Amino acid sequence: MLSLREATVRFGKRTALDAVDLEVADHRIVCLLGPSGSGKSTLLRAVAGLQPMDGGRVLLAGQDQSGVPVHRRGLGLMFQDHQLFPHRDVGANVAFGLRMHGVGRAEAGRRVRELLELVGLPGAERRAVSALSGGEQQRVALARALAPRPRLLMLDEPLGQLDRSLRERLVVELRTLFQELGTTVLAVTHDQGEAFALADRVVVMRDGRIAQEGGPLDVWQRPASAFVARFLGFDNVTGATVTGEAAATAWGKVPVPGGSPQGEVDLLVRPAGVLIGAPEDGLRCTVGVRTFRGNHVTVRLVPENAPVLEAECALRDTPEEGAVVGVRFDAAETVVLAAGTHAS
Amino acid sequence: MAVAGPEVEPAAKTAEAARDRRGSGRRGAALRLGLMAVPVAFFALFFAYPVTAIVGRGLRTGGDWQFGRIGEVLGRPDILDVLWFTTWQALASTALTLLIALPGAFVFARFDFPGKQVLRAVVTVPFVLPTVVVGTAFLALLGRGGLLDELWGVRLDTTVWAILLAHVFFNYAVVVRTVGGLWAQLDPRQEEAARVLGAGRFAAFRRVTLPALAPAVAAAALMVFLFTFTSFGVVQILGGPAYSTLEVEVYRQTAQLLDLPTAAVLTLVQFAAVGAILAVHAATVRRRERALKLVDPAGTSRRPRGPGQWALLGGVLLTALLLILVPLGVLVERSFDGPGGYGFGYYRALQSAGSGGSSTFLVPPLEAVGNSLRYALVATLIALVVGGLAAAALTRRAGPLVRGFDALLMLPLGVSAVTVGFGFLITLDEPPLDLRTSWILVPLAQALVGVPFVVRTMLPVLRAVDDRLREAAAVLGASPLRAWREVDLPLVRRAVLVAAGFAFAVSLGEFGATVFIARPDNPTLPVAVARLLGRSGELNYGQAMALSTLLMLVCAVSLLLLERIRTDRSGEF
Repeated sequence: MLSLREATVRFGKRTALDAVDLEVADHRIVCLLGPSGSGKSTLLRAVAGLQPMDGGRVLLAGQDQSGVPVHRRGLGLMFQDHQLFPHRDVGANVAFGLRMHGVGRAEAGRRVRELLELVGLPGAERRAVSALSGGEQQRVALARALAPRPRLLMLDEPLGQLDRSLRERLVVELRTLFQELGTTVLAVTHDQGEAFALADRVVVMRDGRIAQEGGPLDVWQRPASAFVARFLGFDNVTGATVTGEAAATAWGKVPVPGGSPQGEVDLLVRPAGVLIGAPEDGLRCTVGVRTFRGNHVTVRLVPENAPVLEAECALRDTPEEGAVVGVRFDAAETVVLAAGTHAS
Repeated sequence: MAVAGPEVEPAAKTAEAARDRRGSGRRGAALRLGLMAVPVAFFALFFAYPVTAIVGRGLRTGGDWQFGRIGEVLGRPDILDVLWFTTWQALASTALTLLIALPGAFVFARFDFPGKQVLRAVVTVPFVLPTVVVGTAFLALLGRGGLLDELWGVRLDTTVWAILLAHVFFNYAVVVRTVGGLWAQLDPRQEEAARVLGAGRFAAFRRVTLPALAPAVAAAALMVFLFTFTSFGVVQILGGPAYSTLEVEVYRQTAQLLDLPTAAVLTLVQFAAVGAILAVHAATVRRRERALKLVDPAGTSRRPRGPGQWALLGGVLLTALLLILVPLGVLVERSFDGPGGYGFGYYRALQSAGSGGSSTFLVPPLEAVGNSLRYALVATLIALVVGGLAAAALTRRAGPLVRGFDALLMLPLGVSAVTVGFGFLITLDEPPLDLRTSWILVPLAQALVGVPFVVRTMLPVLRAVDDRLREAAAVLGASPLRAWREVDLPLVRRAVLVAAGFAFAVSLGEFGATVFIARPDNPTLPVAVARLLGRSGELNYGQAMALSTLLMLVCAVSLLLLERIRTDRSGEF
């Protein structure tokens, strides 16, 4: 459906999009993930035609879109803060795109009803948008974007402003809805949880380039670089020298899976792979702050002469704060990352 | 006329806008220039050209500029007196207005009391009243045979106090609206935070609220100074022969003494002074754009508590009553108070041309009502088109060119209206632009003062329309023109109405320029009032009161309609 070829956007000296190539296949849900300023919103705006490009091309269904104005691209875009029209009621907001496309009044009314039902707001046509809660606004914005049946629906931080529990529920609803409708979706988010729950495919961006692209499980299990690993929330990343199935690190020797790349690399140890034992057993650490996360606890461990480690352990195995423990590592939970990008 | 008020936007949005601007720079610039073309042409032709022409006529003989005349004129003691009086009365008026109106600003911002909305509208009435009416009302209150004269034998019309009080009356709303408007939006919790941190009540006010308010106070003070510095109608009527501001002196030199060189020099002096005031104003506005955390004004006011606050509220209400309602009330009372007791005698007299042996009118004075309405309507349309285009061009904050354009639009507020009016007469009298006999001359001059109001009202609203709303419309399939019609227009419709109301009221009251160019058989209301006041006799006086009352009613009604449709966001007034 969508292809980007070397898409480039510059703001003065800063390059917001640096020759990005991207494919979004029909009926797939692709999530752009990255910290703020990584260029993901610029990419959406470039695809929509809201942001002129300094180089490269956008193709929709194989058609080059350069010179096609925004309103003729047939896309849907849901804005971060929804941008519902304050002077129109819910029904008129949803019907806006239909009117612009010359859909008749009766047909539009029918479709608005259908869409409001679809997003779980049946009969809300006459309500004022100012009277809606955040979650309701989000649903109306979605209905409005879907109404003209866009060939590609783009979502810019669709759940960004909602509270956590609502977000978690809506993300599931959205995915189910898009799968049922067969919508092609390109979404932008900075929240890894959201991206992985929503997407068929995740694209991690950094400084206007794609840092990693793949299935959600793939990316989660095998981050391509120290940057991606840290962005996904993993803090146990360090420089290492791999020889055979062991890596020499600041934390001492860490076992790595067989067949890992050799030599100077970055190494990730997932918190689950940090095993806490008796003080004389392995790397000596002092137990720092503990964070309770429902069925497990994240523990900060402070070694004597090495970076802080994060460990994950079961509730009943959690050591006391201030206790001295020994740490070993599980090879199955370590990942050798591409070399030389540790700096970030 | 208060060209001030909070103009604040969240930092994030500014950043967004800055990004957008860089994105579509060149196209935007071309569009802006296109939009600016009409206003620029309008100002060049109907403002810059007449003003330069008349200044040139005064300062040139035989093709040579005689700049020596500037020094000559400025060395004359009578002119120095005028300059001195203009300056000190403006300073005194400003100080007195702040002293009286700042408590009012506080009360309107922080207290809830019954009738607040109505009172807010009432105190704004003087602000759109024609200066001629203001002068007449104070004459009825303080002048010979006025209310105070009858009651206690006190006459103030030959003293400077009449002028000062009339100026306070006129500008009270400027301070209450600009300062009070911002005050109401300041979060009271900021002061509470200071109190919790150990500041006393006064220290909290001085350290937290005052610094936040200071730019608004400065802006309001500057506007009051500007209006009083260029005061014409009020001083013309109340000043008598003793007191004369620059503007009055320009009129006297031009119309009565036919001393064009002196008038030209005085116009230049006023121009320079007003330019300086506007430059200072622009600087304070820019400083005010520093992000202040603003909240919904509805949530910051409450009922007064304790005797001190009730006394303050009472004091402010009493001041408003004495200062604003009494002069207006006396004006209305005098218009009914004929020789044979109360009645509509003066109003009836307005219907005949040669009434009271007055030959000043070729037509019944009442016809001035129709003339005024017609002229003001056309002037409003012109001001809306010119000002609307200018506001659209200024919507995106941009470089020095646009800022200069912004300042240019404000100049007609301060440049001598008398000069503009006389300039019209001497420049627009030959082909291809022979408008001397055309009725359009009057609306054109009136539109000139209406445009700044239209721009100042519409600009903040246009700037507040989130660009992404337009983008949302575009993505949904709306072409740029369609997006403007579907998004911008409905959102600014109220502002357009408010702007139209202001332009209408200002056009109705315009006096300085109109007095020159209105044809004798087609006087406007203020011109007719001034002519009636210029003649002796009780009937003329009574008719002036009656006509002023009519003018006040027309203005008040348009203002009250305005007050109903205005929103908190609609403009800087």
